[in-house]
Amino acid sequence: MIDYDKILSKKVKDIPFSGIRKFFDIAASYKDVISLSVGEPDFKTPWAIRKEAIKTLEKGKTTYTANAGLEQLRNAISDYLLNRVETRYDPKKELIVTVGGSEAIDLAVRAIVDIGDEVLIPEPSFVCYSPIVSLANGVPIPIETKVENNFKLTPEQLKAHITPKTKLLILPYPNNPTGAVMRKEDLEAIAEVLRGTDIMVLSDEIYSELTYGAQKHISIVQIEGMKERTILINGFSKAFSMTGWRLGFSAAPEAVTKQMLKIHQYGIMSSPSVSQYAAITALTECAEDVARMRDEYDLRRRLIVKGFNDLGLECFEPEGAFYIFPSIKSTGLSSQEFCERLIESHRVAVVPGDAFGKCGEGFIRVSYAYSLNHINTALERIGEFLKELRNDNKA
Amino acid sequence: MTMKEKLVNILRQDARMPIGQIAAMLGVSEAEVNNMMKELEASGIIIGYTAIINEEEFDKNAVSAFIEVRVSPAVNCGYDDIAAEIAQYKEVSSVYLMSGGYDLAVTVKGSNLREVATFVSDRLAPLDGVLSATTHFILHRYKEKDKMFVSETDERGLVSP
Repeated sequence: MIDYDKILSKKVKDIPFSGIRKFFDIAASYKDVISLSVGEPDFKTPWAIRKEAIKTLEKGKTTYTANAGLEQLRNAISDYLLNRVETRYDPKKELIVTVGGSEAIDLAVRAIVDIGDEVLIPEPSFVCYSPIVSLANGVPIPIETKVENNFKLTPEQLKAHITPKTKLLILPYPNNPTGAVMRKEDLEAIAEVLRGTDIMVLSDEIYSELTYGAQKHISIVQIEGMKERTILINGFSKAFSMTGWRLGFSAAPEAVTKQMLKIHQYGIMSSPSVSQYAAITALTECAEDVARMRDEYDLRRRLIVKGFNDLGLECFEPEGAFYIFPSIKSTGLSSQEFCERLIESHRVAVVPGDAFGKCGEGFIRVSYAYSLNHINTALERIGEFLKELRNDNKA
Repeated sequence: MTMKEKLVNILRQDARMPIGQIAAMLGVSEAEVNNMMKELEASGIIIGYTAIINEEEFDKNAVSAFIEVRVSPAVNCGYDDIAAEIAQYKEVSSVYLMSGGYDLAVTVKGSNLREVATFVSDRLAPLDGVLSATTHFILHRYKEKDKMFVSETDERGLVSP
């Protein structure tokens, strides 16, 4: 018998499975579960995009594309970025079309991090950053953002974590799981700390189109002196409801893009051709669909925030993405206990906040990428659950 | 979008939504929602609230038809008189004046095929001014008033990133 434990890489073995995944296994063991745990849109991909993919298949356009992606798509991405973040990227030298935003994150980290380099990761945040940094032999350094700062990264916190080994700052806003957004003045303050250093920024803007309120999304690349030290990452999954198409992109200075492209070239070759053709349609024809979906999320956002606050689970008002991150500290339960008991007794699945970093303890992530009826039913069940908890505590 | 436009969109989706919920979604007070609704009703923008019925499910024998009607407009009042006359029959559920190859689009429903046929031959076709009536029976409904008759399934897993 082969002792796989001896064969397998220690580095990989030491990486834990995602806390979201762990909870999925628990949720899957129950029937009739109402889930508020999904991190993907409930809308189908807009029909024009699906139709373009069908046409592409009919025409047999199923070959590899250029490593960096179809030129036409890169041009469209360049126009999109000019329009959305008022920054010009050279489609020939500064853009790579990747297999989802996730691949772009992996490329960026691997292109920058050497053994022992420190990478600053504001938490709570999406589960992939720290493992990717570890796989690249870097050292993930979490920065615990606070609910009293609306889960924004403050310049003081950033300064306190910078050491001579700091190579990269991950900027995951609009944030999964908190829904926090860094506005212009917040980014100015971060830029002030970074200008004049050699620290690069990985700005994961996958939820940029889902920014609510009068002010639109602002990227750190729009702040003076920051484009040259930033790798901007975005994709089609959330904005265009294209999660399964696996398509994202990176926009970064030529020197950085060049190195990232090598990793992409050897590891991936090129992103799926059908998805790429369809993505051109997404960028050129589907702005209205995106706006319609955003408006719909916005209505649900207000409803669910009020719903949780009315239930006594305090919830700061998120300004982006499609999650709320209410505190469950008043129940006296840990995040894991709360989620397990909720699903066990009332069949509602939400994700424990500590899946997104230690400081997520005491919170839960609730997705509102669901229909209003679904949200209302879940709120009712959670209300009953809380009432029973209170009665138990009294008894 | 203005607040009123947002409100109308919500009511289009679900006119029975509790006022409190609408207020939460729009971020305004319940009194404001009530006022806006009163204004919309008074100004004739909202002319009523009804249920969307799956007619064939409700009554297996029920039949609906879409009728293309060509008419000769009257001297002084154009199409309005004849349209109003057609509209007052209880079998008629909608009447529109159309551009293109015919004048009035009339939807009619009856409790069986004979009832609709009789309506067309005995009531509609003989009306003064009606030149022709082409009846199309509805075979199956897919979508009505923004609602799909069969909703799309949620393919997503229970928990994901």
